Amino acid sequence: MNGSGAYRISVMAMIVWLCWPGPAAAKVEIVEFADSAREALYQEMIRELRCLVCQNQNLADSNAELAVDLRRKTRELIGDGKNRSEVVDYMVSRYGDFVLYRPRFNVATAFLWISPLCLFLFLVWWVLRWRRRATAQPSGYSTDELHRARSLLGDRNDRGDRRPPEPH
Amino acid sequence: MNRFVLPLAVFAALAILLWRGLDLDPQRLPSALIDKPAPEFTLTRLDDQGKDFSPSDMAGQVWLLNVWASWCVACRQEHPVISSLAEHVDIVGLNYKDKRDEAGNWLSEWGDPYVMSAFDGNGDVGIDYGVYGVPETFVIDRTGRIRYKHVGPVSESDAGETLLPMIRLLQEETL
Repeated sequence: MNGSGAYRISVMAMIVWLCWPGPAAAKVEIVEFADSAREALYQEMIRELRCLVCQNQNLADSNAELAVDLRRKTRELIGDGKNRSEVVDYMVSRYGDFVLYRPRFNVATAFLWISPLCLFLFLVWWVLRWRRRATAQPSGYSTDELHRARSLLGDRNDRGDRRPPEPH
Repeated sequence: MNRFVLPLAVFAALAILLWRGLDLDPQRLPSALIDKPAPEFTLTRLDDQGKDFSPSDMAGQVWLLNVWASWCVACRQEHPVISSLAEHVDIVGLNYKDKRDEAGNWLSEWGDPYVMSAFDGNGDVGIDYGVYGVPETFVIDRTGRIRYKHVGPVSESDAGETLLPMIRLLQEETL
């Protein structure tokens, strides 16, 4: 009994050890700043700036040469006391809006920003129109015709749940 | 009839959008530097550490800045094309994130088409030029503005159909 408990614990320990996310993250350079505000800005920026080589990774996640260089550049800029918008300007003036994961609003990115809103408004309009139609005019038949149809259907229903036609 | 118009319009719009998407290369990014002055820098020459190069040295003429490195396989591929372009226009090499001796060997092995190469060991100038994939080729006019950027190896058709006509046009521009 005791032996199987120890076995179970050692298996659990092994699983935990194997799943532990250790050395994978160790490649990113250790960066130290004089104050924590700059440190936080640096961490924020390298998550928001895109690596141009491996395009669906940000600078923090990528180990491409260019990402290493751009992290170094970001570190230097923030170390020199540059603020958020100065770092963004620096990168955009060299690499264009694509370097930002949240591109700024301008003529080139307008479609990107506005199209989801347009699509949403269009869908709202579509659903409203559809519902209004469904409630305003249930069918194209007059009350008399419906009455007659119902009585006909009622007559043909010979499974025993015969109901008298409802007066309209 | 009317109820088909809207779905058809939506379908047509999507079809056009996606069809266009087939032709777009997501790796090819528009340069933020087109029609802007070429960023100024001063770097030592690859062949002579005692001498400097800066873009203002080329003021008054049309020239190409070709970003290359000895570790870059595609640079070998475009090398013959760059060499034949060099007969028509001055080409300055930007030796990007390389080692001096390896870059020197590369040039003596394959030939040196450049007026000179500037040595950008840590890639800082590359960042200023928005370089993200070597080789890259910038066309710079007489006033020192970047007029065109080619990313990736220059093929013979790129050179003949795009770069050379553009260079000739720019060479006819007067200051």
